[in-house]
Amino acid sequence: MAGADQRKLSFPFPDTSGSELPSEFARLREEQPVARVVLPTGDEAWLVTRYADVRGVLTNPLFSRAAAEAPGAPRIGHSGPGPHTILGMDPPDHTRLRRLVAQAFTARRVEELRPWIEKIANSLLFAVNVAPRPVDLIATYTLALPLKVIFELLGVDYEDRDKLHAWAEVIFSLNAHSAEAVAKARGDLNEYLRTMIDARRRKPTDDLVSALIAARDEGDKLSEDELVDFVLILLTVGHMSTANNLTSAIFSLLRHPDQLARLYENPELVPDAVEELLRYNPFTLTGTQLRVAVADVEVGGVQVHAGDAVVAALGAANHDPSVFADAGTLDLARDPNPHVAFGYGAHHCLGAQLARAEMQIGISALIRRLPNTLRLAVPEDWLTWRLGLTARSLASLPVVW
Amino acid sequence: MTGGWRLELDRAACRNAGVCVGIAGAYFELDADGRSRPRAELVSPDDAVVDAAFACPMEAISVLDTRTGRVVAPGSLHQT
Repeated sequence: MAGADQRKLSFPFPDTSGSELPSEFARLREEQPVARVVLPTGDEAWLVTRYADVRGVLTNPLFSRAAAEAPGAPRIGHSGPGPHTILGMDPPDHTRLRRLVAQAFTARRVEELRPWIEKIANSLLFAVNVAPRPVDLIATYTLALPLKVIFELLGVDYEDRDKLHAWAEVIFSLNAHSAEAVAKARGDLNEYLRTMIDARRRKPTDDLVSALIAARDEGDKLSEDELVDFVLILLTVGHMSTANNLTSAIFSLLRHPDQLARLYENPELVPDAVEELLRYNPFTLTGTQLRVAVADVEVGGVQVHAGDAVVAALGAANHDPSVFADAGTLDLARDPNPHVAFGYGAHHCLGAQLARAEMQIGISALIRRLPNTLRLAVPEDWLTWRLGLTARSLASLPVVW
Repeated sequence: MTGGWRLELDRAACRNAGVCVGIAGAYFELDADGRSRPRAELVSPDDAVVDAAFACPMEAISVLDTRTGRVVAPGSLHQT
């Protein structure tokens, strides 16, 4: 059994250059599946790396998100989603809020959105095609697509995207920005959203924000703080995580030319390919992963005490060789593929079906509209990374063809 | 159990997100293959079951009132 006497690792692992999942995950899964780690804040946590243990933690009500947002709780970074968001609650509060918008994100509803998402992807790629090369696919495509989709669904003015995205990046940093900067960005974004919600109250439209306002004003289903925070989460997480995963997916394809060629030859593989690219994504780390035990509980042979923080490492679970054969290999036709890239349990990503559709459409349109000579414009080690965020992400993705 | 609810899970639609197990662990569990399933087909009425059905991203869970036949929560097996 792992004990407190073992050397404590820093988490996230101080990896600044690699394009692969940090090797510490494989070692810990093997040798110390529930390991004591030190977080950027100096607080400590148990890092859980095996697939079965990760799913166990994520479905066990003794591991609480609400307790992780309580004052004085161990923290992973300068900011968290906050106690008034679905990400900072447990059932039944969490369920009360999730139900308000769940119908807007079901598989059936997302199917209806597909032609519209395809139109957005195609118009963005039209511009990519005529732009001077190299083209940065993040600015022109992988960030722009999810931004346009969620802004339209929420009824947020697309002209404000740069300002809103910049605030979102600060808010969801682990330690890239000071606590003061995070608080200021959150305050500014909250004020923007309160102004927008006031305007929408006077003049309702047919979008998710208006639906949430009706749930508040007519149904008393949520408080004003919960309303503002809900819109904040839908807006920020709703574009950042999709953008990160779409970028990472295309980057992974560019790093595996054999797999990219396979996709060009077999575009019907795209749905399976997206699942595999989600599983393979080496940069997954979301701030919602930290949970706090509300009672003493055993995980993977280790006694976790009430008040202890636990981080369920989704990326490590997705590379667990006991579940995924040749886990380190990108195999676009992998089946079955029960990855946990969207989390698991009550907090399984609300927007998972929408994100899947955006990634499927985003990649299908890309290989349809750009020739199969598509490749990175620079050597891989010239690329720059954004560090200290809740997900390690590329600063740009320059491509040529 | 009289006047209870019947839980139906559309295994073909289920993508195994674990939302039902996380929200209503008293009513849903993981089987040996790690897939969600109702612990019991017939249950006493409880909002947690309806919450789980409405929160399912695949709408794979249906809840039916066994006495009246009313669809309490329409999953994929009971949508028109």
